[in-house]
Amino acid sequence: MEAVFLAFVLMLSIFLGFELISKVPATLHTPLMSGANAISGITLVGALTSAGAGIEAMATILGAAAVAFATVNVVGGYLVTNRMLSMFRKKEGPPPSTGRPGASA
Amino acid sequence: MSAELINVCYIAAAALFVLGLKQLGSPATAVRGNLLSATGMLIAIVVTLFSKGILEFQWILVAAAVGALIGAVAAQKVAMTAMPEMVALFNGSGGVASLLVGWAALYNDGNTTFTYITILLSVLIGGVTFSGSIIAWGKLSEVMTSRAVVFGAQRAVNALILIALIACGVMFCLEPALDSPYLYAMLALSLLFGVMAVMPIGGADMPVVISLLNSYSGLAACAAGFAIGNNILIVAGSLVGAAGIILTNIMCKAMNRSLANVLFSGFGAVKTASKVEGEVKPISAEDAFLILEAASSVAFVPGYGMAVAQAQHVVRELGELLEGNGAEVSYAIHPVAGRMPGHMNVLLAEANVPYDQLIEMDDINPRIGNIDVAVVIGANDVVNPAAREDEHSPIYGMPIINVDQARTVFVLKRSMASGFAGVDNPLFFGDNTRMLFGDAKASISAVVGEFKG
Repeated sequence: MEAVFLAFVLMLSIFLGFELISKVPATLHTPLMSGANAISGITLVGALTSAGAGIEAMATILGAAAVAFATVNVVGGYLVTNRMLSMFRKKEGPPPSTGRPGASA
Repeated sequence: MSAELINVCYIAAAALFVLGLKQLGSPATAVRGNLLSATGMLIAIVVTLFSKGILEFQWILVAAAVGALIGAVAAQKVAMTAMPEMVALFNGSGGVASLLVGWAALYNDGNTTFTYITILLSVLIGGVTFSGSIIAWGKLSEVMTSRAVVFGAQRAVNALILIALIACGVMFCLEPALDSPYLYAMLALSLLFGVMAVMPIGGADMPVVISLLNSYSGLAACAAGFAIGNNILIVAGSLVGAAGIILTNIMCKAMNRSLANVLFSGFGAVKTASKVEGEVKPISAEDAFLILEAASSVAFVPGYGMAVAQAQHVVRELGELLEGNGAEVSYAIHPVAGRMPGHMNVLLAEANVPYDQLIEMDDINPRIGNIDVAVVIGANDVVNPAAREDEHSPIYGMPIINVDQARTVFVLKRSMASGFAGVDNPLFFGDNTRMLFGDAKASISAVVGEFKG
């Protein structure tokens, strides 16, 4: 029964994902990809459980390695996405664009 | 914290992921969307740390500190031109993390056959994602050849690997053991399969591969979620899986090829284009300046060559000078320009080009006839009229930006070598085409110099 329930969640999430992503414009495809990549670092949650359970040395080692890799994904993914997105500016946007010569509207 | 409370928090995290992805749909709200998504991640991680199952923290702290340091440094240091390599490596790191989570789940009590199958799936998908991403990174960073590596018995070898994978999986499930030789065989074969899958794909097809590996990294997390019975992994993993599939599909459509065609055939191996003959008409920076000065509408069409030449900043400078001169300036971007989806948009955004000037192919094509000058910078296949006209061209049928229909076309090109796909481009011989030879950055700088001087 557990498996059927999880499969149900899977099915709904996939449809939701399709609906959400198909509306993202081409301009934002790279940040979308790195942002999605950061989300796939959710596997960190599973890694934490394995690394911290303290049952077997091997499980702890595998879990700890998974924690390290998944953290790279989460931290790196969100930071790089934020860095990219903050570069996207509208034309008459806020002033941080430092004196662009000849940029008359 | 009780299991129920943790799951309630996971629901909140999932909602934040969904809202975050939704807000990524517009440049105006995208930064907030990314923050929402990161908040969701933080909630999920913190409540997991408070769960009763976690007894030891020392390994977690060390591993997380190492990971966070690597991730943060990489995210701050990476140049925007190297973003495809970065995303490839992040994909790989997500894949290997899910592989390890699946593997570690073997040590849990009370695993059923269903659990074992999902464990094997996370090992398989995670392994393919990891080794495939490493090869993709090698091709993108040109550590190895970016050309398609194809050999005769490739399909037979791949089929054998696949059969061996299934056989090992069945054998393992019949007799699951922590040190089963079939488990190690699965690990090795998965990694080998990832290598074999990406090797035959050429550099110009990388947008498809990166999107697909992105999808796999999500699916691997999803499989790991099944292995440990965790909802949030399944929800977040399948959102990412769906995102990657959609991007893959968009990339394939933009090349008029099926996914199977991209994955299984080396580009350009089948057909040879009819050779176009003609004379190219070179132009000097001075003459290019005179034409641009008189133009009332200019469209820049960037490609991977702009990234290689790091020309995005001078391009923006020229764009602003032209605007100051009264011209309407836009940047027309083909969906597969560059080495990953949206690559050119990010480079131009970095150079301070406002995003409302970044125009998609389908929006520029209907009005390209009214553009006075189209400036092609380091793009080739995506503006090659052979895709429209020459049935024998390997890229026939691929939608292109019809720059040849603009009043004048400037093509910036290092020299007269043919582009990545090795196809001849009739655009170079067009009556309205002028070739500006040399390094793209140097050429544009020279035109900018004329404007200022």
